[in-house]
Amino acid sequence: MEIAFLSGKGGTGKSSICAAFISIAKNVIAVDCDVDAANLYLIFPPKNTIETNYISGKNAIIHQDKCTQCGLCKELCQFDAINIAEGKFEVDSISCDGCALCFRKCPTKAIEMVDSDDSKLYFGDFRNGSIIYGRLSPGEENSGKFISVVRSLAREKSKELGIEDIIIDGPPGIGCPFMSTITGVDKVVVVTEPSMSGLVDLKRSIDVAQSFMQEIYVIINKYDLNPEVTNQIKEYCLEKNIEIIAFLPFDKEVVDAMINGQTIIEYNSESDISNRIREAYQIVFKS
Amino acid sequence: MKIAIASGKGGTGKTFVSTNLFKTFESLGHSTLLVDCDVECPNSLLFFDLKKVSDTKVTEYRPIIDADKCVYCGLCYEYCEYKAIFYVPELKHIKVLDNLCHGCKACSIACKHGAIEDSSTEIGDVSFFSDSNSHIFVEGRLKEGKIASIPIIKSAIKEASLLSYEYLLMDSSPGTSCPFIQTAVRSDYIVLVAEPTPFGLSDLKQSVETLNSINKDYGVIINRSGLGDIKVYDYLKDNEIPIIAEIPFSKEIARYYSEGKLAVSHIEEVKILFEEISNKIMKNGNSIS
Repeated sequence: MEIAFLSGKGGTGKSSICAAFISIAKNVIAVDCDVDAANLYLIFPPKNTIETNYISGKNAIIHQDKCTQCGLCKELCQFDAINIAEGKFEVDSISCDGCALCFRKCPTKAIEMVDSDDSKLYFGDFRNGSIIYGRLSPGEENSGKFISVVRSLAREKSKELGIEDIIIDGPPGIGCPFMSTITGVDKVVVVTEPSMSGLVDLKRSIDVAQSFMQEIYVIINKYDLNPEVTNQIKEYCLEKNIEIIAFLPFDKEVVDAMINGQTIIEYNSESDISNRIREAYQIVFKS
Repeated sequence: MKIAIASGKGGTGKTFVSTNLFKTFESLGHSTLLVDCDVECPNSLLFFDLKKVSDTKVTEYRPIIDADKCVYCGLCYEYCEYKAIFYVPELKHIKVLDNLCHGCKACSIACKHGAIEDSSTEIGDVSFFSDSNSHIFVEGRLKEGKIASIPIIKSAIKEASLLSYEYLLMDSSPGTSCPFIQTAVRSDYIVLVAEPTPFGLSDLKQSVETLNSINKDYGVIINRSGLGDIKVYDYLKDNEIPIIAEIPFSKEIARYYSEGKLAVSHIEEVKILFEEISNKIMKNGNSIS
């Protein structure tokens, strides 16, 4: 079974709760799809890590010796990625989407497409199984494509090692990385918090998620922070026919566990919050 | 002056800082425009009582293939770097896959038979709002189910920049890749909001790496100080990164935030703290611009 943790709004506790699920699972493939800001490996540092370079895309470069400044590339580019600086045409690598149209159409063949390969893919064993995470090179585009690469490696390893369960820590937001994370997973757990921002982002992520799949669960983290908003979340989930599988109280021990490099389950197995997470785990994995 | 409020990790308090900073800048007598660039999950405007003034649709190019004119040569398929054209020549079947298309127009330029018609699809909007004091607010919003955030971020900042204001505050998306960098490159100064936890530190390092790669000036606000550990302070000190301020962890602040209220309007200490933060940011801004 492949399960993804998502949130819409960032910082709701997605990674901490996902890590707790992983430590309950015992033998699992843990996948970090928040390739912008991967954190799972801090709790589950892998040994024998295999690092591979990932070509995250291509960027155009203009060879000035061949460029006749005809301006066709600038005219064709839909991404406003061609600038004129001191009379020279140059590609702004941040805006370049790698579509290669300028490369194909340049009449003097002055444009070359080069790989951007600073992104890294890591795989290794940790105390509860195997972990896979990606690190997109700073400022790189195409995180959606990178996430699908991370996920297909996870599926390969799952088959190879005979480990059935894959638990994914997803990215915040509802755009391209969210879509790549949710496509084809069996179940989604959306972690939210009782704030006005949390509620509107929850609604947006559920709306998008429901167009992909049925099996969606909600965890309300820090539910005691604002009981009124917690009630609004409950009403919303009831209306959308979504099961809330845990109400987790605010507990400083979750941060203490993180500082200690542990999940809350490992740090204090008998705490109220650990028990509640275990119950939620049973619902997701037994149904 | 354009100031971006950003963070690698989500939920560190970008929106909290942006909205309270806006209120403080205004109360100190500086005309300020708040722009929500977190287009996937825009939340800044929840903290104000606003009316929508105008709304501009953001569209992205989409090709439409005319089956009568198509000769199934496959050139458009070859040109598409995103595998967004589904092409089975044996069955004379060709189709654009909307979710994979980036709108680069390469297929349309490639087609020699006039079989591709240029069209567009709505991916989101940029809206202007106004409060009872006629302050203008701008929000970029990605349409649910669409994936292209960047054109909306660019368009929100572009439209906001047409207005004349002393300060433009941009609430950025979390992360360190495209949406973050698109906001960062369009700003004069970046306020990174970080949490003093292991996750917070790891993501802060990645944000710093990105900002260094584009040569931007920045400072750090440590939010929820007292909740985590001291490693983030060691890192900032070792790398000579300025700390603009520390905002203590407080359930009272969290409570106001959760209700959609501005802490500076309700807690005196927070109001004073944000005045200090504002003065520091303005001073930094003046020294670079």
